[in-house]
Amino acid sequence: MPMSGGLLQGKKGLVLGVANDKSIAWGIARAAHEHGAQIAFTYQSDALLKRVQPLIDTLGGDNPVFPCDVSDDASLDALFASLKDSFGTLDFVVHGIAFSDKDELKGKYLQTTRENFRTTMDISVYSFVDIARRSAEIMNDGGSMLTLSYLGAERVVPHYNVMGVAKAALEASTRYLAADLGERGIRVNAISAGPIRTLAAMGIGDFRNILKWNEANAPLRRNVTTEEVGGSGLYLLSDLARGVTGEVHYVDSGYHLVGMLEPASLDENIAILTAMKKD
Amino acid sequence: MTDVAERVKKIVVEHLGADEAKVTENASFIDDLGADSLDTVELVMAFEEEFGCEIPDDAAEKILTVKDAIDYIKEHSA
Repeated sequence: MPMSGGLLQGKKGLVLGVANDKSIAWGIARAAHEHGAQIAFTYQSDALLKRVQPLIDTLGGDNPVFPCDVSDDASLDALFASLKDSFGTLDFVVHGIAFSDKDELKGKYLQTTRENFRTTMDISVYSFVDIARRSAEIMNDGGSMLTLSYLGAERVVPHYNVMGVAKAALEASTRYLAADLGERGIRVNAISAGPIRTLAAMGIGDFRNILKWNEANAPLRRNVTTEEVGGSGLYLLSDLARGVTGEVHYVDSGYHLVGMLEPASLDENIAILTAMKKD
Repeated sequence: MTDVAERVKKIVVEHLGADEAKVTENASFIDDLGADSLDTVELVMAFEEEFGCEIPDDAAEKILTVKDAIDYIKEHSA
């Protein structure tokens, strides 16, 4: 139930990238909604609408859903025309969209094709730039934009490959957009979440071992949940974070700080590495 | 482990919204039960959660029917 006097009471937001109830974007949307926000959602295909609509229905209230293919300018034109009609203005945007050919999310980065490099960058990076520009046109001063990244942007994670390169560009875009929009008090941030079992993550080669590795070696000794990313997302979207922009905020049980492994996890690490070697 | 088959069928019925009578062991998720490609991934995730087992990508690709799922889970769950 929406909270009266919540952190986003009376605010209107756009959330892109909800696929099902395991989506990180859904975790953030739910937290925002609980704190009083009204949210417009998007779906990329009918197969996704079938999944997203029942989730939106659980929120109650008036939360519209529009089709949106971020690789198609006409589709984005239509989305923002619809948003203008239904919301008038926007207070926040959550961008949780990425895509790459599954066949290139395993094996070596060296094998990335030009075509998939372009597609991955277009859908996973340029879409944020495009949506930021379009959103800024109808956004109230002091608004907030948020995108989703992963440690693979900064370090080599096996199989993450071209998506890691795209996330590096996405994090750099977050800083440039923060600089461009700062004079209007619009903040742009990213959350670098630890691995979570989402529909999209299942396309990453050997994802189960990435999950186990983080669980064994992160300071908190566990993986994070979409609810936890939702809480951090809520903070970044709300005025609590009004002094924060251009930031990549880790919500990863602290895994990013690990420089040398913890001997206490020796047995788990041996088991994971052995399983990886077998594959 | 006799209830593996029932538990698998229950997940399939709930997830796909399929008619219980149609969820026979030989039913193909895609051809007979109307699953799309995202459904097949979601079903694998649901099986892993229900049975606490791991279904790696190459095994998941071979699970095409209800029976395939039951057999794999029987063989691999603790």
